[in-house]
Amino acid sequence: MSWEVVIGLEVHVQVNTKTKQFCGCSTQFGAEPNTQTCPVCLGMPGQLPVLNMEAARKTVLTGLAINADINLVSKFDRKNYFYPDLPKGYQITQFPLPIVEHGYLDIPVKDGEKRIGITRIHMEEDAGKSMHEGLDGVSHIDLNRSGVPLMEIVSEPDMADADEAIAYLKQLHQLVCFLDVSGANMEKGQFRCDANVSVRRPGEPLGTRAELKNLNSFRFIKQAIEYEVNRQIELIEDGGEVVQETRLFDSAKGESRSMRGKEEAHDYRYFPEPDLPPLRFTQAEVDAIRAGMPELPGQLRKRFETEYGLSPYDADVLTQTRDLAAWYEALVAAHPADPKRCANWMANELLGRLKESGTDIAESPVSPQRLAGLLERIADNTISGKAAKDVLDAMMTSEDDADAIIDARGLKQVSDSGAIDAIIEEVMAANPAQVEGYRGGKEKLLGFFVGQVMKASRGKANPGMVNQRLKALLKG
Amino acid sequence: MPFSTLSDIQSRLDAGQTTAVAVAKTYLDRIAAFNGDLNAFVDIDPAHVLEQAEASDAYRAKHGARALEGLPIAVKDIFCTQDGPTRCCSNILKDFHAPYDAHVITRLKEAGAVLVGKTNMDEFAMGSSTETSAFGPCRNPWDLERIPGGSSGGSASAVAAALAPAALGTDTGGSIRQPASVCGITGLKPTYGRVSRRGIIAFASSLDQAGPMARTVKDAAMIAAAISGHDSMDSTSVPDAPAVDWLGACDKTDMKGLRIGKPKEYFVDGMDAGVRAAIDAALAECAALGAEIVDISLPHTDAAVAAYYVIAPSEASANLSRYDAVRFGHRCENPEDLLDMYTRSRDEGFGAEVKRRILTGTFALSSGYYDAYYIKAQQVRTLIRQDFIDAFEQVDVIATPTSPITAFKLGEKTDDPLTMYLSDIFTIAINLAGLPGMSQPCGFVEGLPVGLQWIAPAWREDLILNAASAYEAATDWVKTPINFGGEA
Repeated sequence: MSWEVVIGLEVHVQVNTKTKQFCGCSTQFGAEPNTQTCPVCLGMPGQLPVLNMEAARKTVLTGLAINADINLVSKFDRKNYFYPDLPKGYQITQFPLPIVEHGYLDIPVKDGEKRIGITRIHMEEDAGKSMHEGLDGVSHIDLNRSGVPLMEIVSEPDMADADEAIAYLKQLHQLVCFLDVSGANMEKGQFRCDANVSVRRPGEPLGTRAELKNLNSFRFIKQAIEYEVNRQIELIEDGGEVVQETRLFDSAKGESRSMRGKEEAHDYRYFPEPDLPPLRFTQAEVDAIRAGMPELPGQLRKRFETEYGLSPYDADVLTQTRDLAAWYEALVAAHPADPKRCANWMANELLGRLKESGTDIAESPVSPQRLAGLLERIADNTISGKAAKDVLDAMMTSEDDADAIIDARGLKQVSDSGAIDAIIEEVMAANPAQVEGYRGGKEKLLGFFVGQVMKASRGKANPGMVNQRLKALLKG
Repeated sequence: MPFSTLSDIQSRLDAGQTTAVAVAKTYLDRIAAFNGDLNAFVDIDPAHVLEQAEASDAYRAKHGARALEGLPIAVKDIFCTQDGPTRCCSNILKDFHAPYDAHVITRLKEAGAVLVGKTNMDEFAMGSSTETSAFGPCRNPWDLERIPGGSSGGSASAVAAALAPAALGTDTGGSIRQPASVCGITGLKPTYGRVSRRGIIAFASSLDQAGPMARTVKDAAMIAAAISGHDSMDSTSVPDAPAVDWLGACDKTDMKGLRIGKPKEYFVDGMDAGVRAAIDAALAECAALGAEIVDISLPHTDAAVAAYYVIAPSEASANLSRYDAVRFGHRCENPEDLLDMYTRSRDEGFGAEVKRRILTGTFALSSGYYDAYYIKAQQVRTLIRQDFIDAFEQVDVIATPTSPITAFKLGEKTDDPLTMYLSDIFTIAINLAGLPGMSQPCGFVEGLPVGLQWIAPAWREDLILNAASAYEAATDWVKTPINFGGEA
């Protein structure tokens, strides 16, 4: 009998504001421990939170981008638990009345698209970091992250396997990057995922779920979900029962272990945060945020296809990130004659070279303007496409523009029909038998002649002209 | 001089008849002589007080006087100050020094006041008698066997005994008004949101409000003027609060046209007959001054104490979680592990009443009980707020006793928390509704002071000051000599 898998995801996204959620401390990653703290984010007596409205606006923007309702009045709550890196002994979050509710994302699946519901997005603050390793019987606490703004994005249990979960996460990751609401760097913990996983027989009510924590890469998330699904199915098929629990995934071992069961689950004793009044937006403010919405990946993809005539594949590649799309559009602006050539050269040639060296498009040694200079020389037949690839290679490690490299290397294409005719006549004179053959009907020999002529010109002859002149001269 | 009012001292300073240093010395001498009897101050640094006084005299000579130039003001140990310890009279903060001043402390300094030390209080402001202080109980100068009220008992005792001409307190359920009442002084709790809470150690955030405790209505208004106003770093401080002409509102000598509500629920069986008689006499005086006394009803009054003792402990249970021995505050010796550090440090650091309230609040917020306790209490709070809104349709201000009884004896109620909680029966509803309230002296029962409480609509402290100043002008209660520490 078959099994149905039910997956819901909770994603914590760090909002990329300059300052923390409730105080003026910097959110810069990687500073010396405890240097970006103040009495507020240290939880000192009598200190009070003041909401960072920029973080609120970015959360609203995210809500609009997932087609959600924006609650014009939302409220903050305290979530109580003791942990040394939680200075106040409670986290300020939003519980019954979050800022964003009822949205969705459409994700690509095997046979088209699937709509994944998003229950809510609420604002909260991050905790600090505890460090236990390499310390002799003590723990160290770094509170630089304490109070960094977070959005918690909670999905409906709409995903049916690990691949759908990953597709949803990638879509969400791309979205928050496009919106510029998060750095979303998973290694830096700016985009973190917890997964709720359960299995059931088709048609039966939802099974008991386990919550998987500590999933900090797409690969681990996939592994962890697959491991969990198999664990639960085996458990039930062996006559056991899934218990509600929180499980921690160990990426080194590729397996999860129970962190705490239902009976050890925290009672967070949520109640309204009396230090913060309700958060209010007017419809006009929400509309203004909507007006500032950048083009989203889907819209951009469609526009690239229609406006520039790109293939769906190229359009997808060039809209993976906002930087890529912007780079492409800068290239088209500098070489407006042929957007498809721009796409081919950027997607196939430039990105290939960048990938080899592990370089991000933002750090590309070749600017859109320099690449456009090269494309101009292809367009005006100064060089062949093949030679242009060599020129691009050279440009990756030099600051010279295409013309200088073409000159220095003597790569300029010969497009003078007199010079080409002279080479052709030499080749024909040296290969009389093949000339006879061609003239006798072996038209396949044209390729042989093209090769010989290109070789004799040391690759510089314009291939189109060579073809054209060869056909004329071989006719005799 | 010691029994002078703040405004008298100000006049003499302005006239050059005395100096801030001389004034400071007068009170430092009295503190040295009498604090041993009262335990009103828990921290005093005479050299630092004199430094401030010297600086004030220098400022006056160079730039002229600011609003509270050279005036000594004592502050409750709940206000964070960069100078000296801030301990909230708790062992858990016994070594705590705040690296910042509370907003109101900054305001006092900017007004030229001389801060004379930290006053005793119930631990974390949880109490009505200043007996839960980790630094020993404070005493009432009218009778050293009796409590000075609480939680701002140290401030009340200090002002009543003229160890300081005025003080700051905080009021969560009556902690300014009830001690003012039983110590025979004047105390004002402003409208919630009028005064910044930043740097005031939180007890119950939705109820806490700082205010002045002084000898007269005008003295209280002088301090209220200095400490009130918007603070962008307290999100509950109201940015566009209606302004009050604090001093101008204290010039009233009659009550013509004033409608005073007398709520029947505040004149109950079981209240002290003498207290009742004093309040009735006070209201008769108000009528003689031209006021119309209107019988009103605040029907949900009897639920106020119950609602308060759910809401305040709930908020407190979270507010006090930060005392976890991790970053500051008391940490037990040689903790075995994290849990041991938490439990032993908090067990050693907190007193019994604080533990009782943390437990009460934690229970009320727990899964399965939240709806029955916390939500229900919030519903009651809404009803109480509505009671006042309805009442203020009929009357301008409301007058009640501040406390049903006068000062009780030390130890009399310490074993019976419920009876203790009833000391605040007449003050608590005002905090739940966020309204301004004041207690002023209105008589004595067997030599112990009785307080008259005024309640006004939100932001209408001016109405309270109008009524209280007229009553004060027509009576001699604030001038009644106290049989303690010499004569005025």
